[in-house]
This record gives sequence, structure tokens and C-alpha cells, in this order.
Amino acid sequence: MYNQKVNKMWFNYRMSRWSQLFISWLISLVATLGSLFFSEVMGFPPCILCWYQRICMYPLVLIFFTSLFDQNSTVIRYTLSLSILGWIIAAYHNLIYWGVIPENLSPCQAGLSCADVNIEWLGFITIPFLSLTAFTLINIISFLILRNKEA
Amino acid sequence: MNNQKKIILFSTLLSIILIFFVAKFYYQTRHTESMNDLAQDQSQVYVRPHSPTMGPDSAKVTLVEFLDPECESCRAFYPYVKKIMAEFPNQVKLVVRYKAYHGNSKYVISILEAARKQSKFWEVLEVAFYYQPEWGDHHNPQIDILWKYLAESGADIEKLKVDMQDPAIADVIQQDELDSVTLNVRGTPSFFINGIPLREFDPEVLRKQIQEQL
Repeated sequence: MYNQKVNKMWFNYRMSRWSQLFISWLISLVATLGSLFFSEVMGFPPCILCWYQRICMYPLVLIFFTSLFDQNSTVIRYTLSLSILGWIIAAYHNLIYWGVIPENLSPCQAGLSCADVNIEWLGFITIPFLSLTAFTLINIISFLILRNKEA
Repeated sequence: MNNQKKIILFSTLLSIILIFFVAKFYYQTRHTESMNDLAQDQSQVYVRPHSPTMGPDSAKVTLVEFLDPECESCRAFYPYVKKIMAEFPNQVKLVVRYKAYHGNSKYVISILEAARKQSKFWEVLEVAFYYQPEWGDHHNPQIDILWKYLAESGADIEKLKVDMQDPAIADVIQQDELDSVTLNVRGTPSFFINGIPLREFDPEVLRKQIQEQL
């Protein structure tokens, strides 16, 4: 009875476990290829915080991809630590970008500045913002999967 | 996973990879076009009157190199550039622009600029590159070591020490920095062959691209 009720809520309405994992995989894939496009094609050198976020994002592509073959919710145990850590670094990076945390307290004095703005679409969409968005979405879906594990 | 899901999965994977490469192609085509426009409209961005040059002004090909005397790749590329200059002495004009990335870059650029007053620029550049592993180790830079070897260039060391204090040198570095930003230079060495960026970071490609312009 309870499960039926949960399933009718908007956020997992007709969304199967497979679809949830599929969307997580898709987000991580787009984020990965997007970041490679910025660095390898457009030639923006990644700053140190970008590298830490990449470390958390790139493995998710392969882990979620594998999980699609057995649709096992235990995969979240392996991905959540990465996606939460990535989210924290992305949040920190955005605070530097917005000037909430001063740059000179950040670990980027030597070499590239993490506060350099390479792209800014519509006035607020920057590279760290895209990263934060991706990690946020992946975390939300992961929590939904955890919440609804038995289903 | 049923077949329908497999189809969804692999078609998504393929389309996203395809989008990546189409976007890459589109971006690079547009980038090349804008570089060509820049080469035609703003040739002064590539060569400033203050820039050190080698080869005749009448040369068919102008090779612009943004370099940093403390950069290892610039050192590695230098013998190939020298070989090209020896091979096409009348057809290629080399223009050196500065891009200071490292701790002592500006210091060594000042020495190079001072060397020009004694017409020893290329000799000093050669000495700086040759002994770079000793003075320019990024974990333990020891700029004093360079002074030990500079006499090998034949330059007057005392005069170098005086001339490198010239405040005009800072303006040269500043102008080169501004132009490097205009030209999208994101690393050293960066080459422009008659205004067109080096297609691939490879000495053979550099030579080929020069030959295409002859």
C-alpha cells in the first residue's frame, strides 16, 4: 500500500529503476564529454578544482553504465561517495567564482586561477555551475533510488 | 536488460559521441576561419616593431613563435626551428614573441632583451635553452646558475646586467602578453605560419606547414 502511494508521487511517477540509472549515466556522460570539449577542443586549461571534480565525475560514467545491465540499486553505494564529494568541490568552486570565498584563500595561487571566467552564458551559466548542476541532479536521483530501494 | 533498453542505451551513447565530434568539427572550422580573418585584418598582432627576428623581411613565410625561455617544450622545439631556419634561410622569417609562464621567465626575457643591444640575442637564447635543465628546474629554480654560463654566448656580462634593468622591457613583455591573448595562445611554444596556427604540436607538421606556404 505504502509503496503504491510513493510510486505515484511526481518525482518517481512511472520512472523505473532502469530509467533512473540511465538518466544518471546520461548526465555523467554529458558532463564528462562536455568538460573534455572545453579543455581539449576549446583549449581552456582545467584548474586544480576542475581536476578534482573530474576525478569524481569520470568514473560515474563507467559505473552507471555497468549498473544498467543488472539494475542493481547497490550501485548507489559506490557512486554516492563520489557524487557527494564532487558536489562539495563544485559548490566550493562556485563560491570562489561568485566571490563569496576570496581567491587568495583557495589552493590556486600558482598557475591557473580557479576564479578565471572562461565562459558565461546568459550571465550565470559558467563551467563550475554546469558541474554543480550535474552533481546536484545525480545526487537527487541517487537519493530517490535509496529512498525507494525495496520497490 | 531487454533488447529495447539495449537499443536505447547504445543509440544514446552513439548519438552523444557523434554530437561531440560534430561540435568539435564545427568549432574548429569556425576557429580556423576567424584566425584567417585575424591574419588578414590585424597583421600587427603577430609582429610588433619591437620583436626580435631572424631572416629577411622579404621572406615568403613569416613564422611567429610565442616562447618562454623557461619552458621545456620550447627548448625541445628549438633545434627543429633552427633546422628549418637553416634549410630555408631566404624564405622564412622567424619572429620571436614572449609569453612568460614561469617564475624566472621575465627575468630571462630581460636578459634576452639586453642581449639584443649587443646583437647577441640568438647566442644568449641558445645558452639559456641549453642549460635550462640546470637553472630552470621548476621544483628548484636557480637562476644564478644561468649567469655562470652566459659568458659562453660571447655577450658582455656586465653590460647585460645594466641593460636588463631598462624599464622599456616590461612594455615589450606586456604588449606580447596582450597579443598572445588576442591570438588565443594558451601554451608555449605556439607557432603561427603566415598567421595560421600550427595544426598539430609536432615539428614535422611545422615543417610541412611552412613548405605549403612556399
